[in-house]
Amino acid sequence: MTHVSLTVNGEQHEADVEPRTLLVYFLREDLGLTGTNVGCDTSSCGACTVHLDGESVKSCTVLAVQADGREVTTIEAMATDGELSPLQDAFHRHHGLQCGYCTPGMIMAASSFLKENPAPTEEEVREALEGNLCRCTGYQNIVESILDAAGQPSGARA
Amino acid sequence: MVATERFIGQPVLRKEDPDLLTGQARYIDDWTMPGMVWMAMVRPPYVHATIDGIDTSAAAALPGVVAVYTADDLGLGALPFVWPITEDIKVPVHHALSNDKIRFAGDAVAVVVAETREQAVDAAETVAVRATELPAVTDLEAAAADGAPLIHEDLGTNVTVHWVHGGGGDQGVFDTAPVIVTERYVQPRLIPNAIEPRGCLAYGVQSMGEYTLVSSTQIPHIVKVTLSGVTGIPEQSLRVIAPDVGGGFGSKLNVYAEEALALGIAKKLGRPVKWIEERGENYVATIHGRGVLHDVTLAADEDGKLLGMKFVELADMGAYYQLLTPGIPELGGWVYMGPYDPQAYWYEFRGVVTNTTPTDAYRGAGRPEATYVVERGMDALARKVGKDPAEIRRINLHPPFDEATPFICGLSVDSGNFEPLLDKALELVGYDAMRAEQQARRDRGDAKQLGIGLSTYIEMCGLAPSNILGALRYAAGGWDGATIECLPLGEVILKTGTSPHGQGHETSWAQIVADGLGVDPDKVTVLHGDTMITPLGMDTYGSRSLSVGGVAIHFAMEKVKEKARTIAAHELEVAEDDLEWSDGSFRVKGAPEKARTIPEVALSAWHAHALPDGVEPSLHATAVYDPKNFTWPSGAHACVVEVDTETGRTEIVKYVAVDDCGTVINPMIVEGQVHGGVAQGVAEALYEEAIYDEAGNLMTSSMTQYLIPSAVEIPRMITDNSQETPSSTNPLGVKGIGEAGTIASPPAVINAVVDAVSHLGVTEVGKPASPERVWRAIREARGGEGGSA
Repeated sequence: MTHVSLTVNGEQHEADVEPRTLLVYFLREDLGLTGTNVGCDTSSCGACTVHLDGESVKSCTVLAVQADGREVTTIEAMATDGELSPLQDAFHRHHGLQCGYCTPGMIMAASSFLKENPAPTEEEVREALEGNLCRCTGYQNIVESILDAAGQPSGARA
Repeated sequence: MVATERFIGQPVLRKEDPDLLTGQARYIDDWTMPGMVWMAMVRPPYVHATIDGIDTSAAAALPGVVAVYTADDLGLGALPFVWPITEDIKVPVHHALSNDKIRFAGDAVAVVVAETREQAVDAAETVAVRATELPAVTDLEAAAADGAPLIHEDLGTNVTVHWVHGGGGDQGVFDTAPVIVTERYVQPRLIPNAIEPRGCLAYGVQSMGEYTLVSSTQIPHIVKVTLSGVTGIPEQSLRVIAPDVGGGFGSKLNVYAEEALALGIAKKLGRPVKWIEERGENYVATIHGRGVLHDVTLAADEDGKLLGMKFVELADMGAYYQLLTPGIPELGGWVYMGPYDPQAYWYEFRGVVTNTTPTDAYRGAGRPEATYVVERGMDALARKVGKDPAEIRRINLHPPFDEATPFICGLSVDSGNFEPLLDKALELVGYDAMRAEQQARRDRGDAKQLGIGLSTYIEMCGLAPSNILGALRYAAGGWDGATIECLPLGEVILKTGTSPHGQGHETSWAQIVADGLGVDPDKVTVLHGDTMITPLGMDTYGSRSLSVGGVAIHFAMEKVKEKARTIAAHELEVAEDDLEWSDGSFRVKGAPEKARTIPEVALSAWHAHALPDGVEPSLHATAVYDPKNFTWPSGAHACVVEVDTETGRTEIVKYVAVDDCGTVINPMIVEGQVHGGVAQGVAEALYEEAIYDEAGNLMTSSMTQYLIPSAVEIPRMITDNSQETPSSTNPLGVKGIGEAGTIASPPAVINAVVDAVSHLGVTEVGKPASPERVWRAIREARGGEGGSA
């Protein structure tokens, strides 16, 4: 067992974890933060995307011990006092989700992307989502949601 | 609908979203229980082998391991197969754990139970299986050939079923028609890849003999009935819950070994048992789709007017039948006429077992396979008679009709008006301008050529009239149920037999109830997916939920309103006939201010202080609806692609989906269904394919090898659902939209790719139209080296 000390959604956590424990399972099973989902075992689908020190990472490819001393943000921290964040609200208004399984990962990936690029084109949004798979929506309304949250017009071009 | 329609037809935002957006949803892997143990399957590294022995001792000795079971330890019956489509069908014996042979890569021979997930998975890897490898056969034609290795020796053949739909009309046209087109089309296996893998949790009380299975399934009701039989748990003592389910696409329209095992082990151990599928397992152990090849014969006159359509199919069943396996091609067998009006029809298929994962329903289930070959054939016919693909379709479309009309396939289609859909698609895609641009590029000899592909389709959904299912030898019915409870404080509970997993039933069903009962959708709570709460149901698949389950809501509301009218008339001191339903209330004719709303009547019915004689307290009703016909959505899709003739790479430039799904309840949700369906069809056309090597190993066994498209590959789509030809099957006029996109789009895309390079002499590129396949097709047509991949 290895001792880790990290901040998750603003709260400090201390834990002893097996060195092989993936961050996603530490979040889900040790901390009970089950909003982050697991969809594959090859870092392909992005359902498990969280923020590590503000940058999006696939938490199935990060060991819990690698998060030691760092700050993790998950989907559970995106809404404030029951109010959806502007990005979550845009997904709601644009029907950017169906079964919802990829959605936490999509929201986390998109929110970190919009920090890097606050006024993206449609093409840039699509490229930013390349590591996040959705099987339900055909992506169109996800792209619309993100453009809307950024205040960009539908189909925005460079 | 008799009510004023305030919500039907509106893009009401989804009630489901807040949980899903904030991480509060509860998918199966989010469920945990005190004392819970984990299950891991032992799937040996063989695809075809005789089992000589299984040594579980090493696994059993590992820390945390509670038990290791093999085939004979749990007393489970054979897994359910419910669609023996012919009298002489050969049915492979299929057990949750195999004890004689391994027949495909997902065939499990043992199961390990341990205190933690990791311990179970680690221990499963130490179970030693001694086996004698046998030659594997994964190719459809090779498996059907004489002398092929037999998957099931006791059946004596790999060709286990032959279904002959036979023909309507004069079969002589296939010999005598002036124009005969013959084509062979191959459609590879697809792997559904719901982003949430499967999983389940079984628990119960041994001393009471009562058990619950929570499973990531589309079909909790069917799972309950069938697993009662497999496990011996009496049906009244078995409850099945579908929690939040992360996508299905048919892959969770099944009853799987792991569900039976989890229940069997929970029963044996008296502890909760959980299993979560790893993605790698999902690729081999969850059903696949498609995997068919067709020989197509179209007979026409010199103008290209269809005289006959004939299809002979070979369909890959996989190593066993899952719940419905041979029923899938049969389901397609009713739509091989497309929206056309041929005078003769023939369809037959042979089902072949192979050393591969069983096939079963994958979005569209039989109808995409059929539509693909029909629409590819229509383009081949157009080339043969020298007509434009739009024109060949136009002259063959069935004339419009608004009542059930017999089609050559042998069933009656509910309603249809096909030509305006084609016109709309041509308009939206800018057909003439695109053809002009195509010609200009051809004239210039551009490296990047333009192709335009069309697909006009009809689909049969709303499964299904129970009497027809019976005639087709399906074991269950096709009805669905709805219960409405009007609570005293104005809230309404709807219990539906459908089991959504992304389709937004909680929202659309609330819209139907809101308009029908004159309440706000926010006052309607929709309960689903739990056999104890909603015992009357047949679940969600085959675009049936709205056109069967949604219609059951209508009839339940009729019953509620009939009782409410009696109570309202009593309270208003008028005859029932003096009341009319208007603006969300029962109102006295000529004095509309004298009225009672449903919530007002619900309160009266609850306190029951002054009910009319003979009227029971409480305002609630249940209806079970069995449709008298299928529903038949239709549409026209148009796809424009740019093909790089130097690299073979295809890019979709424009995609137009015009679909008529009858009455639209929620246009936002309908559009979302079309988007997702088209995306899956585009994936099928350009990217996805299950590939086996010669030894029978699945080469595309992870998301890194199997090409699920991302937002980069899927194009922006233009949708139009404005034509709403009401179904004559049901009083709501609804038809269904869940599968339309997947049915219509693959041929539209492939027709476009072929069209882009047809001036070079290419008539076929194969599916998926990968750059390599297209490049080879171009090279072959130009007389160079290559050949089709």
